[in-house]
Amino acid sequence: MKLHSGAWWLWALGLATAASRTTNPLLLGLVLAVAGVVVVTCRANTPWAGTYGVFLKFGLLIIGLRVLVHALLGGVTGPTVLFTLPQVPLPDWAQGIRVGGPVTAEGMVFALYQGLLLATILSCVGAANALANPKRLLRSLPAALYEVSVAVVVALTVAPQLVASARSVRRARQLRGDTAKGARAIRTMLVPVLEDALDRSLVLAASMDSRGYGRTAGISRGDRALTGALVLAGLFGICIGTYGLLAGAYTGWPLLVAGGVLAIAGLKVGARRVPRTRYRPDRWTPRAIGVAVSGVAGAVVLVFSADPALSPSTVPLQAPELPLVPALGVLLALAPVVIARET
Amino acid sequence: MIRFEDVTITYAERPVLADLSVEIPEGELCLVVGRTGSGKSTFLRAINGLVPHFSGGTLAGRVLVDGRDTATHPPRELADVVGFVGQDPVAGFVADNVEDELAYSMESLGLSGDVMRKRVEETLDLLGLAALRNRPLATLSGGQQQRVAIGAALTAHPRVLVLDEPTSALDPGAAEDVLAAVQRLVHDLGMTVVIAEHRLERVAQYADRAFLLPEGRIGGVGEILTTAPVAPPVVRLAQVAGWEPVPVSVRDARRLAAPLRARLPEPEPEAIAKTETVLEARDVVVRYGEVHAVRGVSITAGKRERIALMGRNGSGKSSLLWAVQGSGKRTSGTVTVKDTDPRTLKPAQRRQTVALVPQQPSDLLYLETVAQECAQADTETGRPAGTCRTLLDSLASVSQDAHPRDLSEGQRLALVLAVMLTGAPEVLLLDEPTRGLDYPAKEALAEVLKNLPTTTVLATHDVEFVAEYATRVIVMAEGEVVADGPAREVVTSSPIFAPQVSKVLGPWLTVADVEAAL
Repeated sequence: MKLHSGAWWLWALGLATAASRTTNPLLLGLVLAVAGVVVVTCRANTPWAGTYGVFLKFGLLIIGLRVLVHALLGGVTGPTVLFTLPQVPLPDWAQGIRVGGPVTAEGMVFALYQGLLLATILSCVGAANALANPKRLLRSLPAALYEVSVAVVVALTVAPQLVASARSVRRARQLRGDTAKGARAIRTMLVPVLEDALDRSLVLAASMDSRGYGRTAGISRGDRALTGALVLAGLFGICIGTYGLLAGAYTGWPLLVAGGVLAIAGLKVGARRVPRTRYRPDRWTPRAIGVAVSGVAGAVVLVFSADPALSPSTVPLQAPELPLVPALGVLLALAPVVIARET
Repeated sequence: MIRFEDVTITYAERPVLADLSVEIPEGELCLVVGRTGSGKSTFLRAINGLVPHFSGGTLAGRVLVDGRDTATHPPRELADVVGFVGQDPVAGFVADNVEDELAYSMESLGLSGDVMRKRVEETLDLLGLAALRNRPLATLSGGQQQRVAIGAALTAHPRVLVLDEPTSALDPGAAEDVLAAVQRLVHDLGMTVVIAEHRLERVAQYADRAFLLPEGRIGGVGEILTTAPVAPPVVRLAQVAGWEPVPVSVRDARRLAAPLRARLPEPEPEAIAKTETVLEARDVVVRYGEVHAVRGVSITAGKRERIALMGRNGSGKSSLLWAVQGSGKRTSGTVTVKDTDPRTLKPAQRRQTVALVPQQPSDLLYLETVAQECAQADTETGRPAGTCRTLLDSLASVSQDAHPRDLSEGQRLALVLAVMLTGAPEVLLLDEPTRGLDYPAKEALAEVLKNLPTTTVLATHDVEFVAEYATRVIVMAEGEVVADGPAREVVTSSPIFAPQVSKVLGPWLTVADVEAAL
C-alpha cells in the first residue's frame, strides 16, 4: 500500500524548512544525506522516481553559479585575498557596484554556504518529487478544487507532449532536407507543433466530455459565490498570518488560524454539491502520519534552536561545528527508512 | 437501442450526413462502412452527442440512445449509457496509470468506492489487463493501450460501446486481441457495439450487420459489402467467383472455394530478376540506452525492387528505416547507396539519395497551401519550378489552394510523396503509409509505387496491402530479420501474414491475380 503523497511532501517541506534555518555546511550535508538515503530506500519503480538525479545536478549548477557570481560581483569581503581579477572601471553613478577585483577566501566560503543552502532545499523538493507523484497529490485536493486540479494535471501532461512533438517535427524536417535556422526554423517548427498540441487537446477534451467530466456540476450561483468568498478571505488571512509570523510578530497566529478555518469552510461548502467520488483515495494511515511528523519534527527543532553553530562565521573564517541538538533533529527525518520501506 | 430519425448533420452549410434513419437494436455488433470522408466518424460521434454538442454544426432530426435524446443530453450526461473510444486512444488518456484511467469515468459518475473497486477488477480480467494494472500508460504497447481505452469506457457499464478505428494502428496479433475482447462483450454482456474500421478484413466476420454511409443503408454484412465501394478481399473474391450468399469470413469462403480451386491453374512461379544493387546495409545496429531496437540487420535492395518490412509493433522496423535513411540513430554498421553512406551527406543531399516518409506524414508539411508546399519542394531540391506539381498531378487530383490539413489522408499522402519524390531519390522508404487509407486509396497507392522508377522499402502491418504491392517481404522480430524472400513465399508460409485470398486459395495472393487467371 502506497503512502499518502501528502505525507512525503510534508516530510520534504519539513526537511527543506530545517535546511533554510542554517548555513552550516555540516548540517546541510546531513540534510542532503538524509534525503538521499530516504529516496534510495523508499522510492518505488516509477518514471518520476528517476527525476531525483536531475534535481541534484541542478543543485550543483546553482552552487557553481552562486560562487561564480560572487567572485565576479563581490559582496562579502575579508582580509584573505586569494587572487585579484581585473576590475572593470564603472562610472561614478554606479558607485557601490564593482565588477572584478580581489576575490577573498571569506567571500568564496560565504557564497559556497549560500549555494549549498539553495541546493539542499532543491534536493528536498526533488526527493518529494521522486517519492510521490505530484499528480497524485493534486488528486487529493478537496473536491471543490476538482476542476482546477484536473486543469493542472492536464497542463502537466502537455509539456512533455510538446517536447516529444517538437522532437518528431524536427526529425521530420531533417528528412525534407530543410536546415533552416533562426526565425524561419521556429516558424516551420511552430506550426506543426502547435497544430499537434491543439489537435491533442481537442481529442482529450472530447474524451473527457464523453466520460462524464463536469457532469451535473450544478452548483448554484449563491453557493459558488459563498465558496469563493470564504476561500479567498481564508487565503488572505493565511497570507497575512504567515507574514506576521515571519516578521516575528506572534500576533500572526490568530490570523493564520482564522484564515485556515475560513478556507476549509469554503472548500467544504463547495464540496457539498460535487457528485464526484474518488477511486482508492490516498489515506492518512499511521505510517503516513509518522513519515510527515518525522520531517516536520526536524523543522520544529531547527526553527526553535538558537545554537550559534547554525550560522558559522565566515568573517573571520572559522571551521564549522556540528551542533548536536539540530543534528539529532535532522536525523529524525531518517525515520521513513524504517516506517515506509517499499517491500 | 440507438435510433436515428431523419438525421441531417451540416457543418458550415455543407451536409455531412443527409436524411439518415436507422435503428440499431440491443446486443448487436454493427459495422459502419464507407469511404474516407463519408461521415463515419461524424455518425459515431453523433451517437454520444459529441456531434453537435462538442463539434459544432447543426443536427436536424432526432438521435435517441436508450430513449434519451442527444439534443437535450450532452455527452457527459450520456456517459453512463454510451462508452466512446476515439481513433487515438493515447491522446484521450486522462490519468497516467492503468487503474486510475479505468476508474476515471466512474469517478465522474460519482459511484461509491466499493463499486468502483469491483468494476475495475472485473474489467482488468475481462480485457486481460490484470498484469498491467500499475503500469504507466505511456509504457504500454499499442494493443494494450487500445484495450485500456476500451476498458476505461466499459467501467461505467454503458449499454452501447462506440469504437472508431480500434485496430488501425495495431499489428495483426494485437488487433485480434482487441477484437476478441470486443466479441466477448457482445456475447457475454449483450452490449450493443458500433464499430467503424478501414481494415474490414479484420472485423467483418465479427459483425452482425453493416451500415453503409453515406447512403444510410443497413443490412447483412455480406449483402452490404458487395455493393459498397470498400470491401475486404474475401468479398471481392466471392464476387469474382459468383458465390452466394457472399461469405465474409475466410472460413465460410473456404467451404465454398473447392470448385474454384479446381478451376484455377497453378500460379506461375515468380521470377525475381536480379537487378543492380542500389542499397546495401550491413550489420546495422540501433541501440537506445539499454534497448536494442535493431540487432545487426543486413539488407540489400536491387533497382526497382519493392520490399515490404513486416513485424510486430516495436520489432525495430521504424528504427531500421531511420537508420538506413541516415537521419536516425545508427549505433554501428554500414549503409551504402550509390557508393556513399547517406549519413555523411548534408540533409538536403541525403533526401535526394534516400527519402523517407515518416509515420506522421503531416509532420513534413507546414505551409498554408498545396501550391506553396510544392514550390517549397522545388526550391529545396533545386529542381525547375513545377516539378513537384507535375508529380502530384500524376499521383492524385489535389486542389492547388487547399490547406494541407484539409486534405483527405490519401491526398495528404500523395502530397508528401510528391514532395519527397521531387528530389528523385534512388531509394524511397515509407513508414506505415496505409494508416487511414481505405481500399480504393490503398489500391491507388500500390499502383503509384509499382510505377515508380525508384527502389521502395515500406514498413507496414497491412497484409492485404503487402500482397498487392510487394515483390519481396522481410519479416523482423526483436530487431532481427527472421524471414527474407519473395513475397508469395514468405506471406503464404505464415498464418499471421497471409492475405485473405491466400488463406482461401493457397498460392494466390490478390483478387486481381485470380481474376486474370480465370
